[in-house]
Amino acid sequence: MGIIGKAKTRISDSVNALIGDDGTARIGIYGPPNAGKTTLANRIARDWTGEAMGAESQIPHETRRAHRKEDITIERDGNSVTLDIVDTPGVTTKVDYDEFTEFGMDKDDAVERSREATEGVAEAMHWLKEDIDGVIYVLDSSLDPFTQVNTMLTGIIESRDLPILIIANKVDLDDANPGRIDQAFPQHETMPLSGLEGENMDEMYSRIAAKFG
Amino acid sequence: MPEQIEKEPTEPQETVQIDVISAARMEEMTSMEKIHFILDGVREGKVVILESGLSPEEESKLIEVTMTEISPDGFSGIDIETHPRPAAKPNFINKLFGEEEKKLTVIGPANQIQTLHKDSELISALVSTK
Ligand SMILES: Nc1nc2c(ncn2[C@@H]2O[C@H](COP(=O)(O)OP(=O)(O)OP(=O)(O)O)[C@@H](O)[C@H]2O)c(=O)[nH]1
Ligand SMILES: [Mg+2]
Repeated sequence: MGIIGKAKTRISDSVNALIGDDGTARIGIYGPPNAGKTTLANRIARDWTGEAMGAESQIPHETRRAHRKEDITIERDGNSVTLDIVDTPGVTTKVDYDEFTEFGMDKDDAVERSREATEGVAEAMHWLKEDIDGVIYVLDSSLDPFTQVNTMLTGIIESRDLPILIIANKVDLDDANPGRIDQAFPQHETMPLSGLEGENMDEMYSRIAAKFG
Repeated sequence: MPEQIEKEPTEPQETVQIDVISAARMEEMTSMEKIHFILDGVREGKVVILESGLSPEEESKLIEVTMTEISPDGFSGIDIETHPRPAAKPNFINKLFGEEEKKLTVIGPANQIQTLHKDSELISALVSTK
């Protein structure tokens, strides 16, 4: 890029170009299937780049590959933090084909979805091992947070010393109980949010900037 | 004279085998051996109980390998519970000695475990035969 072209780009972009990929923190959005990870990732991407990231669905395992959106620059209190956001497939230790057919999928599609989902989870675990610098852990606050997947995954994240922000998502639901998530993870920062309705997003951006910036 | 108690005739599909693995046995195994030992057992329909659980690294690998072994008409995955729940407030002793607390871990086939419930004092598994 020539000098004139460079001058036209936003300062944060050129700083980024100088630092290169290595200087940009890569934040993984993790959590169980259906917690609202993609809905949240899309909202973050739309708020700061104008483009969405991936498909959202009420059927679990909609996301079956990790998707990365580069160079999302979040501006907070006069500072800016540039991140890559990685939306990952929901992590689980089992797949229930019947669940997919209950959503009206035929057997072949259910089998295909399951196969992709299992590969996706393995891939998400791999990303966590090598390529992730921080984690936004998303939970549906209307569900019991004391599951083995949550315990294992947060344990794995802790053991790698990655910074983690836990989102008590879907607080717009009547039976949401974000307090229970706070109690379940006393050693971590948790906060209530509705990715769907956009409730409490400003607070989240402040925390993201503070934690991952 | 007491009658001898007749054992119910057991057919293979009506039984559930439970393997309890000692901490000493676990220590002899490498991470991959542990994971395959667990998954081989669970794929055969066994419930595997580990006297000392897995490290976070091994748990991560267990999730990965489990997911790659799931197949439509065969293996549908695992249910797993660990006891005790990792200390909610990391206490002084935990901090001092690191994460090396012994944790009992129960792993079973997802399609046969109907409920695997845990509270602070008990893991309760309801296992159906195939
Ligand atoms: N009420 C409510 N629903 C939400 C919220 N966020 C997401 N959802 C809904 O939850 C469902 C799952 O959302 P996704 O964003 O696809 O969830 P995911 O975590 O990406 O799921 P996987 O990709 O399958 O792991 C969809 O029907 C969303 O509309 C929220 O804040 N409130
Ligand atoms: Mg998704």
